[in-house]
Amino acid sequence: MKNIFKLSIGFLMAAVAFTSCNDQKSGQSGALRSSNAEKVYVAPGEHDSHYAFISGGYSGNLTVYGLPSGRMFKEIPVFSQFPTNGYGYSEETKPMLETSYGFIPWDDSHHPDISQTNGKLDGRWIFINGNNTPRIARISLTSFETEEIIEVPNSAGNHSSSFITENTEYVVAGTRFSVPIPQRDMAIKEYKGNFKGALSFISVDPEHGHMDIKFQVLMPGFNYDLSHPGRGKSHGWFFFTTYNTEEANTLLEVNASQNDKDFIAAINWKKIEEYVNNGGGTMMPANYAHNVYDEATHNATSTMKKEVRVVNPAEVPGAVYLLPTPKSPHGCDVDPTGEYIVGNGKLSANLTVHSFTKMLDAIENKKFDGDAYGIPILKFEDVLAGSVEQPGLGPLHTEFDGKGNAYTTFFISSEVVKWKLGTWEVIDRKPTYYSVGHLTIPGGNSREPFGKYMFAMNKITKDRYLPTGPEMEHSAQLYDISGDKMELILDFPTHGEPHYAAAIPAEIIKNNSRKIYRLAENQHAKKATSDADTKVVRDGKNVHVYMTMIRSHFSPDNIEGVKVGDKVFFHITNLEQDFDVPHGFAMIGANNAELLVTPGQTRTLTWEPKQVGVWPFYCTDFCSALHQEMQGYVRVSPANSNIELSWGLGEE
Amino acid sequence: MKKAGIIMVIGSLLLLGLFKFPLWNIMLGAPQYPDPLGMDIYINGIQGVKEFDLQNIDGLNHYIGMKTIPKPEEMWEFSVFPKVILGMSILGAIIGLLVFFKKISYTSILAWFILMSFLGILGMYDFNNWLIDYGSNLDPHAIIKVTNPDGTPMSYKPPLLGFQKLLNFDVKSLPHIGGYLMFVGMALTLVAFWIGRKASVRKTTQ
Ligand SMILES: [Cu+2]
Repeated sequence: MKNIFKLSIGFLMAAVAFTSCNDQKSGQSGALRSSNAEKVYVAPGEHDSHYAFISGGYSGNLTVYGLPSGRMFKEIPVFSQFPTNGYGYSEETKPMLETSYGFIPWDDSHHPDISQTNGKLDGRWIFINGNNTPRIARISLTSFETEEIIEVPNSAGNHSSSFITENTEYVVAGTRFSVPIPQRDMAIKEYKGNFKGALSFISVDPEHGHMDIKFQVLMPGFNYDLSHPGRGKSHGWFFFTTYNTEEANTLLEVNASQNDKDFIAAINWKKIEEYVNNGGGTMMPANYAHNVYDEATHNATSTMKKEVRVVNPAEVPGAVYLLPTPKSPHGCDVDPTGEYIVGNGKLSANLTVHSFTKMLDAIENKKFDGDAYGIPILKFEDVLAGSVEQPGLGPLHTEFDGKGNAYTTFFISSEVVKWKLGTWEVIDRKPTYYSVGHLTIPGGNSREPFGKYMFAMNKITKDRYLPTGPEMEHSAQLYDISGDKMELILDFPTHGEPHYAAAIPAEIIKNNSRKIYRLAENQHAKKATSDADTKVVRDGKNVHVYMTMIRSHFSPDNIEGVKVGDKVFFHITNLEQDFDVPHGFAMIGANNAELLVTPGQTRTLTWEPKQVGVWPFYCTDFCSALHQEMQGYVRVSPANSNIELSWGLGEE
Repeated sequence: MKKAGIIMVIGSLLLLGLFKFPLWNIMLGAPQYPDPLGMDIYINGIQGVKEFDLQNIDGLNHYIGMKTIPKPEEMWEFSVFPKVILGMSILGAIIGLLVFFKKISYTSILAWFILMSFLGILGMYDFNNWLIDYGSNLDPHAIIKVTNPDGTPMSYKPPLLGFQKLLNFDVKSLPHIGGYLMFVGMALTLVAFWIGRKASVRKTTQ
């Protein structure tokens, strides 16, 4: 009896052990999945903990996401016309897209970077570069609108941009393509020794953020690929990766991959700044646009600037050095302490890390290994801090978590590798889906990263979502990096082809977000702030309509006396002073776009009526229960008609 | 008597808080207004809780034909109420001082309290009348006309005190700091009266 009892207990135990083991196995992946789901779940009505500003690549814009949910909140038009709200179509915003090449409605936006104070993100502005027609934009993080765009002369392929020094003294823009400076008609094969690469230091006014090109360093004709500022101990320096130090002008995929080592160019900008402040450098004739949007007048103005200060680095001793770095380095990343400069040699098997201290030491002891066009070259061994051996294939970019770890993306092996600064040992690796380019850790380009999340932005559009035809958006992966090992917790789609992103804890900016523009502060020259101000005025062939909009009518909403061949300017002021009550304006047959006018703002749409008739306009933004009634008519008479202008609202 | 006098002075001076703080507050929240709109009712006029709240309340109310929120000059109450409050406060303070210096009997305190309560109830009655007019005297050409099940036009009268649902809005009407100061002040005058009475009873029994 006793034995049977014992035996049955034994069976029971075995059964328990067996089933619990089974449960554990199937339950583990289930529990893991649900705990990952919890990590990215932001309950309805709650806020994400971080903003992510992801470059829109060839959309020319900047998108705003929440982390960890991966939800997209907004697309901010920067370099591209945006019919959604009329940016680049309205008279007020058209000047934003003016350049020395004329009106450019598009660009390829690359590297957003948030303003800093004392090496920490201050969340005042975000900057982003236009790669194709070289420009730098500044976007307000209170209005989330583009406030300023400056064109960069002498530059072509504005790629090693737009990175911020640690007190936002400068936003830096380097050229990827070297070009003749000044531009001239010459044989392409005379590239070598004749083309130059301009690295532009654009000062940022500490109060208003206004940008001004302080100086351009005219470097040898290499390709300046990416850059990052020194910080902490290396504040005052800027580092640029180069490729094509062969100075090839054709078939670069072969000819620019010959040198065993290219360079990281280290620029002591403080030294050049001092040189320039003492009258150094030369002013050269130039032609570039500076476009500024004024929140008070709701208008952008474009001014052409006619000269720029250039500096020949050979004339400023001690200002520029070249650090040999293996195999066409791409990303150039500086760790939070400012000591380590990572050169992501995209064709190299190893990851090269330079030491700032060793660099200073080598400079002091004049351990040079020749020069390039008068710029001293340091010895590789003298500046090398260490290298991460065989971490993966095709390293592109590195970010830091502020806890002594670095995270590098590998395009070819499609993974992110976590490694330790100083010991150079690989700690973890996780796949990406697929072929990662940039990665972002909030505050990753600052002295104080917020090392909780990391996301990887992929280069290849192939993704793991429902298929949508040959063309699709890109995909990003979000990883929890709070533990030793990275954990993939979310896939989310991104717009355009993102090149880099800047992320920031939401608390730093969310309470500054503007809700309305105060009508009382509207200084638009053609505003109408009450019904009494509304009118229609003819000036030759130009007809100016001073119109207001409020739930749920336009004033005036009946206009007569417009003729074929006229140019009608609708200057429309939104009288609302309530959050989230924009009104839209759409005119049948308008050859541009609609307008979205936010409360307190004035916007102008131009319409050139071509046909006789009575033509309706309406509000595009569902604004109230009577939104459908928000409409009006313009009567267009023949060109030779003598019907006088008249307008009204509510008269039967 | 000294104590009663001091408390009476303090109590009646608390009424002056109405010149700085709102007497009453009405908040309107709706699904579209997670940050509710609100009006603060002062004795000398109505102000928005946030800068553009009044304008936005008026904007919404025009759909259902409600009149705009009155400006101070549009209602006699806003010029009379401050005078009454100031007068009662000064009167109360004088009574307190006279009681303090034993020039008059503590019973004057009760007289003041009764007068103040009478005026207060009158004020409330008047305020409620305005709410009724504001909520039910609607423009016949209103864009949206809502009727009760019996066919009579719906009233949008906000509650005098408490919570009520009006269409999509949750309306909350409660006293504000000025109102609470007034209540505390009036309660203090009662305390003064009670202390005065106790002292006087003690004196007579002695
Ligand atoms: Cu509308």
